[in-house]
Amino acid sequence: MEKLLEEFSVGLFFWQTILFGLLLFLLWKFAWKPILNAVNDREEGIKNALDAAEAAKKEMQNVTADSEKLLKEARAERDSLLKEAREIKDGIISEAKEQAKVEGDKMIKQAQATIESEKKAAVADIKSQVANLSVEIAEKVIKEELSDKKKQQKLVEDMLGDIKLN
Amino acid sequence: MRKTFFTRFFLVGTLLLAQFTFAKEQEHKTEGHDKDLKTEIKEYISHHLKDSHDFSLFSYTKENGEHKYVGFPLPVILWDNGLKVFSSSKFHHGETIAEVDGNHYKLYHSKIYKTDSEGTINYDEEHHPTNVKPLDFSITKNVVMIIVTGLLMLWLFTSLARSYAKNNGIPTGAGRFFEPIVLYIRDDIARPNIGEKRYKKYMPFLLTIFFFIWFLNIFGLTPLGINVTGNIAITFALALMTFLITNFTGTKDYWMHQFNPLGNTMPWYAKIPLYIILVPIEILGLFIKPFSLLIRLYANMQAGHIVLMSLIGLMFIFKSWLGSPLSFFLAFAISLIEILVALLQAYIFTMLSALYFGFASEEHEHEHEAEVAH
Repeated sequence: MEKLLEEFSVGLFFWQTILFGLLLFLLWKFAWKPILNAVNDREEGIKNALDAAEAAKKEMQNVTADSEKLLKEARAERDSLLKEAREIKDGIISEAKEQAKVEGDKMIKQAQATIESEKKAAVADIKSQVANLSVEIAEKVIKEELSDKKKQQKLVEDMLGDIKLN
Repeated sequence: MRKTFFTRFFLVGTLLLAQFTFAKEQEHKTEGHDKDLKTEIKEYISHHLKDSHDFSLFSYTKENGEHKYVGFPLPVILWDNGLKVFSSSKFHHGETIAEVDGNHYKLYHSKIYKTDSEGTINYDEEHHPTNVKPLDFSITKNVVMIIVTGLLMLWLFTSLARSYAKNNGIPTGAGRFFEPIVLYIRDDIARPNIGEKRYKKYMPFLLTIFFFIWFLNIFGLTPLGINVTGNIAITFALALMTFLITNFTGTKDYWMHQFNPLGNTMPWYAKIPLYIILVPIEILGLFIKPFSLLIRLYANMQAGHIVLMSLIGLMFIFKSWLGSPLSFFLAFAISLIEILVALLQAYIFTMLSALYFGFASEEHEHEHEAEVAH
């Protein structure tokens, strides 16, 4: 203890106190304060950035869920649209078929009627031509027959008999 | 990676150099003197442990017996019926008497005594000088090293502070090494010991004291032969700071704890006999805490220097192919341990200071825990 006291130097103690106090003050003002503030700011910045990232992640999850929902809806809508379209198509086709059938029937009927009337006209025509032809033939025959009286008489009688038969 | 390698290389280089420098010094001295080698080494060590009035790097003795010192003198400032300032070169390393304004001063065992013109030193029975010791405010080697360390710290940490502004909040260069240490002191020393609410106001002191002690401890391991933190006046001043800050920032709860340690757990008349013992113990504890700080740092650094130099000294005592390399190896190993001790002592001093500040700033809810800890 005595040796320690003897070793103790008042001058050194004096300078140490003054210089250390000065050093403490200067470092406080020009080093520790800005350093600790900068570190604090940085840590706060990191914390904020992490929070923001977390928020962004949540937002992203929401967006993903939303988009998935939208996709599902869209898919359902597409399916319903397709179904509707198929139904419409089927309706149109069947309707067209029916219409075509009706139209066809109508056309066939018309054709049949036309054919019938044509046939009738043709038959009538043939009849008249046959009549004319027969008249002409008859004329010629008569002319020849009529050259002889007897013959004329007989002819008339035959003809009349024929007509009656008709 | 590259940088750490260079740092290591530099450290090892410094250590080796330290030993060679000491070695050289010893060698030269032994050649010139007839003194017993062991006493010489002992004297050399005790001289080194003391503060000195000049900054000598090393000394040697010429062929003709003349001492040659390499270094530079420092200013001597005395208060002896007025301020006396002169260069320490006047002492010629204690070999001559300095005469200033008609007064004569002599350097004896690193202390300045007032003498007559002959430089006579009178002794008492225990061989202690009885001459008048003027108040010595000299800029000694230790003061120079405090200034150097202070400037180094100012430069390092203001540049670290500036690098944040320049580099968008990220340190550059040496700051990358020091920033984690600053953060360690904040997060692992100040915060847990003082508490989240109050740690901020103690941070500058804790940081300054940690780096101050650490740097000076490391300087002590360089071949410059500096022993600042192993000086009782220095550690006393540091511990006094901790003591003053602890007690001036003490809360009401802290003082209540000192003078009424049992609180309201029992009636006042029961407390009287207990407090006759308890309160003096608590008050004594106030002083013992910083006292342990000052002795711990002083003793550790002093012991480290003594062990290291003794081991180096062994080389010259052995003077054999086996002994000298062995003591060299031992000294090298101790140097490595001393690097650890340099950091450890700075850490312990800071840690305990933080702990005492924590006691001083304790709030009510912590009181019970503190009592249990006692």
